[in-house]
Amino acid sequence: MTLTDLWVSFPLLVLVGGTLILMIGVSIVRTHKLALGLTLLTLLLAIAAHDIALDKMPSSGFELFGLLYVSSVQVFFNVLFLLGAIVTALFAYPYFNSRVDRCEEFYILLLTATVGAIVVAGATHFASFILGLEILSISLYAMIAYPRQSHQPLEAAAKYLVLSAVASSAILMGMALIYAASGSLAFAELAISSDSGERSYYLLGQALICVGIAFKLSLVPFHMWTPDVYQGAPAVVTGYVATVSKGAVIALLIRYVQATEVLNYEGVFYAVAFVAVASMIVGNLLALLQTNLKRLLAYSSIAHLGYLLIAVLVVSTARPTLVMETVLLYIVAYFVITLAAFGIVNLTSEHESEDNEQIEAYAGLFWRNPLLASILTAVALALAGIPLTVGFIAKFYVFAAGVEGEAWALVWALLIGSAIGVFYYLRLIYTMVKEAPLGAKALPQVGNQSLVAVTVLGLLIVVLGVYPTPMIDMIRAIVQTSGF
Amino acid sequence: MTVLYLILFLIGTGLVACLAERVNVNAPRWISLLAFIVATIWTGAIWVAGMDPATGLYATGELAWIPALGINVILKVDGLSLMLVGLTTLLGIIAVVSSWSEISENRGFFQFNILWVMAGVVGVFCAYDLFLFFFFWEVMLIPMYFLIAIWGHEDRSYAAMKFFLFTQVSGLLMLVAIIALVWINYANTGVITFSYDELLNVELSGAVASLLMLGFFIAFITKLPSVPVHTWLPDAHTQAPTAGSVILAGILLKTGGYGLIRFTVPLFEEASRDFAFVAMLLGVISILYGGYMAYSQSDFKRLVAYSSIAHMGFILVGVYAFNELGMQGAIVTMVAHGFSTAALFMMAGSLQERLHTREMTQMGGLWVKAPRMGAMTMFFVIASVGMPGLGNFIGEFLVLIGTFKVNVPLTVLATIGIVVAAVYGLSLMQRSFQGSPNPNVESIQDFGFREISVYAIMIVALVWIGVYPQHVLDLAQPTLDALGIAL
Repeated sequence: MTLTDLWVSFPLLVLVGGTLILMIGVSIVRTHKLALGLTLLTLLLAIAAHDIALDKMPSSGFELFGLLYVSSVQVFFNVLFLLGAIVTALFAYPYFNSRVDRCEEFYILLLTATVGAIVVAGATHFASFILGLEILSISLYAMIAYPRQSHQPLEAAAKYLVLSAVASSAILMGMALIYAASGSLAFAELAISSDSGERSYYLLGQALICVGIAFKLSLVPFHMWTPDVYQGAPAVVTGYVATVSKGAVIALLIRYVQATEVLNYEGVFYAVAFVAVASMIVGNLLALLQTNLKRLLAYSSIAHLGYLLIAVLVVSTARPTLVMETVLLYIVAYFVITLAAFGIVNLTSEHESEDNEQIEAYAGLFWRNPLLASILTAVALALAGIPLTVGFIAKFYVFAAGVEGEAWALVWALLIGSAIGVFYYLRLIYTMVKEAPLGAKALPQVGNQSLVAVTVLGLLIVVLGVYPTPMIDMIRAIVQTSGF
Repeated sequence: MTVLYLILFLIGTGLVACLAERVNVNAPRWISLLAFIVATIWTGAIWVAGMDPATGLYATGELAWIPALGINVILKVDGLSLMLVGLTTLLGIIAVVSSWSEISENRGFFQFNILWVMAGVVGVFCAYDLFLFFFFWEVMLIPMYFLIAIWGHEDRSYAAMKFFLFTQVSGLLMLVAIIALVWINYANTGVITFSYDELLNVELSGAVASLLMLGFFIAFITKLPSVPVHTWLPDAHTQAPTAGSVILAGILLKTGGYGLIRFTVPLFEEASRDFAFVAMLLGVISILYGGYMAYSQSDFKRLVAYSSIAHMGFILVGVYAFNELGMQGAIVTMVAHGFSTAALFMMAGSLQERLHTREMTQMGGLWVKAPRMGAMTMFFVIASVGMPGLGNFIGEFLVLIGTFKVNVPLTVLATIGIVVAAVYGLSLMQRSFQGSPNPNVESIQDFGFREISVYAIMIVALVWIGVYPQHVLDLAQPTLDALGIAL
């Protein structure tokens, strides 16, 4: 172990250390505020530690123990996950404070889940891949079921547990088959020669891994769990599942396809392309039918990951820099929009026993609470990819990647998917501008840190949509120093 | 820089108007009115100041935006743009005045939307960067959606959705075409740029050019609108509040015609020439179909809406005649139709405010009760029918002369459209203001000073264009010369 190894693993050590301190601290004094403070401190320190790690390692990237790859792209993802965790912690405080008697352990789970996400996103080896995935998933089961007196979260957690375990076993089986064919567990050494007799094992293994990843990303036809889990989980946790856990798998996916060049197999390529098209179309079509905002966001996220998959699919036909820029930019946009969306659900349900999630509950929001309505409008427009919002910039990049990669069928699917999407996003906006039903409750006057967080996210949606230059320049610089 | 300031000025005033409602419920409309008056004076001032002979431009504005992708704020105002910006700001005044007493709720947000639509439209008319153009193209949609969805009539949800969906989806086609064009240019030259002037010179193979041309064409004829993508218009116009209809008919439709002249034709000249017959045919079908449908309406607003489809058909025909007369005719029609239809929609709004209906079966003989309203309606019906001496005549006549040189049968069919216009125009007049007075109408309040003065503006404009069209023709001529296509 060299000194560089130590510096590069420093952020992870900070996170794990913080988790341990929190764990011990909680068993000595139970104070919700203190737990939140320690969590935020740990997350902020981990971000600072990334800055140090970036300084101490070679700019083109560094492989840690043959398990984790750390480059500036990686650091970018990690910081994004940490920021997502910070926002989640801020949302969680008022949410759990009013309805759960013991809130402190939630933050431990949040930190371990984030550790898992960082490990998954950096994995270059099957061992770190499955380890990270399980740390992440097991933390998520408990987070989803955290309000344990309620019926819905428990049901959602059970569903997620069973289906996620199936996906994990598919991935493990796939790993075993690939190991049998190639004799290696490191991504870079997986490729087998084309005349190898184990080709069928190898492809079957890749297919199983694709299934597992598609499950984690909730792509059609492996999306069945998404609406139920999104609906059942507390809004704070849904936001986290939708962003950090999916973001980690996307980061893994892009490295995996670049390292193993698995998409060069025609069969795999067309299977993934089919999944992408199906997600865009089916996700949007099913979203049309929803009357529950969380379910609507679930289907919308299925469609959005389908869009993002276009960038992954053109990995060998478009410029690698453009592909990478598109993925990073899309993830940033998706994080900001999704966290804002669930933040609003969370805010409007703070004083309710159940989440305020029926779309009709937002009728006339424009006249009852203009600030929240404006933010939710920005969210809807961003999800629809309308200019003035960061969602447009992201969609523009995907279009550009699709055009450069000459993936015309995918571009058409994106076009049709967006057209369907406009319909239900607009319906959400229309619900907010129509007159409030008689007897509608004035929404509670919320004035706390989660309102500030939601407002900041709403502003980001617009600011990054109107003037994306700093973000694009930063992402471009990161992609270039990583040697793409 | 000056154009950018104008757009920012409208956007900023929109925010101020929105917040001003808290101070005084009447403040927003005054702020909005004042903003449009200032903007109109500004446009007049740069017209009087004259163009820069070196560039042929009246005003410019440039600013780096997203240099990493070759996207910049490039705004240029040439004669055509100036004319349309002037029309926009002037109709802004008219839209605010026409809804002076109509809107009773959320007045601040209403004026905010009007100002933001207009800011988007001014951007569309001046943008010389395709990304920026698309940006404004979509930005003008959202406030328009709100105008229809919040302050519209009984079926507003459906109409607003249909309007948004049509424009948005056709816009996405254009976005793909824009990106493809830029990336072809990138493959040829190694530079990513969205600048209009650079992209004018892209080498395209025939089939690709046709496909990309279609992407732009569909987006623009949806907005224009032309058959077969016109179905959003009757709903949107009928359901929109008066100011919304005025803006939609007066300005938003013109962005489609402007787009054809500025983008589709010069960017894909060859492909457009090959496509000219189809486009002209669509135009003629719109003229006849629009006229036919207009005649069969009993809803005052719906009738005017369908008549718009007919008039917009002339623009399509004129542009694709590919000669100077046709192009000039299309431009004059754009301006003249802006005034005449805005006036008729305003009239529909005034009638609805007084009678609470748009059904012409509930009207009849109104002239006796409101002679000033009758006279005004008469004037604008006649203008829209194409009476010589008024603006619309000049436009449609030029289009017909231009088309005659290219395709005689289509010209004959288009001319029949003018006869149809007379039929539905006069029937509109007859069913609402003439005939035996409807016993259900007690008495209605005639126009006052406020209404008369805005109608006066539009009358002066139409007579001006009709009697001395040279001003408009001179403004547009350098633009046509500079388009870089052989007319």
